[in-house]
Amino acid sequence: MSERLRRQVMSTACIIGFFVLWELLCLMFHVSDIVLPRPSQVLATLWTRFPAIWPHALQTLYTTMVGFGFGIAIGILLGMLIGSSKLAYDVAYPMLVGFSSIPKVAVVPIFVLWFGAGTVPAILTAMIMCIFPIVVNVATGLAATEPELQDVMKTLRATKLEILWNVGLPRTMPYFFASLKVAATLAFVGTVISETVASNRGIGNLMMIASSSFDVPLVFAGLFILAALGVGLYIVFSLIEARVTGWAVRSDSFAAGG
Amino acid sequence: MNAPLAHPKPRAVDNVIELEKVRVTFGTAKNAVTALAETSLRIDKGEFVALVGPSGCGKSTILKLVAGTLNATQGNVFVAGREIGAGAARIGMAFQNPTLLPWLNIRDNVMLPLKIVPPFKEAFRAKRKTEYRDRVEASLKQVGLGGFGDKFPWQLSGGMQQRASLCRALIHDPTLLLLDEPFGALDQFTREELWEIMQNLWIEKRPTVLLVTHDLKEAAYLASRICVMQARPGRIVDDSAVPFARPRTIDVSFEPDFVTLTQRLRQRIVAARAVQEIVS
Repeated sequence: MSERLRRQVMSTACIIGFFVLWELLCLMFHVSDIVLPRPSQVLATLWTRFPAIWPHALQTLYTTMVGFGFGIAIGILLGMLIGSSKLAYDVAYPMLVGFSSIPKVAVVPIFVLWFGAGTVPAILTAMIMCIFPIVVNVATGLAATEPELQDVMKTLRATKLEILWNVGLPRTMPYFFASLKVAATLAFVGTVISETVASNRGIGNLMMIASSSFDVPLVFAGLFILAALGVGLYIVFSLIEARVTGWAVRSDSFAAGG
Repeated sequence: MNAPLAHPKPRAVDNVIELEKVRVTFGTAKNAVTALAETSLRIDKGEFVALVGPSGCGKSTILKLVAGTLNATQGNVFVAGREIGAGAARIGMAFQNPTLLPWLNIRDNVMLPLKIVPPFKEAFRAKRKTEYRDRVEASLKQVGLGGFGDKFPWQLSGGMQQRASLCRALIHDPTLLLLDEPFGALDQFTREELWEIMQNLWIEKRPTVLLVTHDLKEAAYLASRICVMQARPGRIVDDSAVPFARPRTIDVSFEPDFVTLTQRLRQRIVAARAVQEIVS
């Protein structure tokens, strides 16, 4: 058995072990499913009520992805601006820090006021949740670009845009993808916050209704779905990251495939 | 930026590089450090000029002025008859470090100037996979890197990276070649091998070359003219022609004339260093 395979088997066993332990402890101490349902109960709920759950899951996924997409676009643009202009840095950074310190729950009612309850506030909440880490990382990446590499371009009489495109942005990619993995999970948080407060669709809404009727296994089913979606998105971006920024970790598979 | 009000006089294009009473100081009035005292230097088209001197004497400052990555505090810098920044000259530059872009393989690294510099950039999309690729491949072969195009910089040794960076400096047929101690970090045999390649290239294409080095043997082997610089403040204190016939071989470096020349340069630099120590 190779080292890598053994590591994978070990980690999988530990993760499964966590759920088995949860199951056993609940059984041993006779924990009621209104307090903490067992994983097997959650899975059973997921299975039997899947037709009712999956439109909500789709809605949440869709909302999150749209918000995340906008967040990426705006985050990159803002990050580029902040990373390449001192004035923009001085103006935007304090504002961003201030803005990101505001609890997003407090912002949702304002969005609802402006756009009505439903999908739009959820998209916007997801978006503002994930902008901050992207902006900070893109700006940091640009600022960390080695002056020597910029000099290479300058002696070739490259324009600012060419320098940005050929040196600045590629140099920023490792930072950018690191931020995407954080931002992707934050986007789900944003969506669910908004759905919980003001929506009649989505996992957040589903969990809200389920908890008000003490259907705790369904609440946990919602949590499981969210966790699974988050992990799925994380994996997708890790794979893209490995393909795009393998040079940063000097991976041999990148060298062979790229 | 203090742009001169008068329009600069048009220069003869024969003077590829002209520094006119150039001064460079760093820092603010009180702690100002003069990197380069008032210096004038003219380099003709097709000349191979070496700048030698102790470290901190402003060699690299002159190179940066010509490359356009540094602005003069005072005076004018003309490249190819035009004020710096106006374009015109096609510049290739090799640095002390390979400075290859880590996310590109060697081929794409060497190809970079073809993507940026006119007239090559106009046809970059069309010729990237055909003509330009062959051009890069031929260039790599010339420095002994044939077949390494698909490798990434980190997979190559320091010497091989430096060869690739030379290819990148030369790929777009520069009319002006700026070399900032590119052979400094190499072992002796690689260095001598690259000297020969450099010399052949200069004989063949006759670019104007400005080489910064502190290896006197390198300067005397490659250059047609050597300027000795002195530090604090940086200035040129000696300017002598190198008479040896081309193509020079490494054997020439053991001949009496060659040794006499390098000895004399060495003494100038030692004297310059002594002055420097008294001053500081």
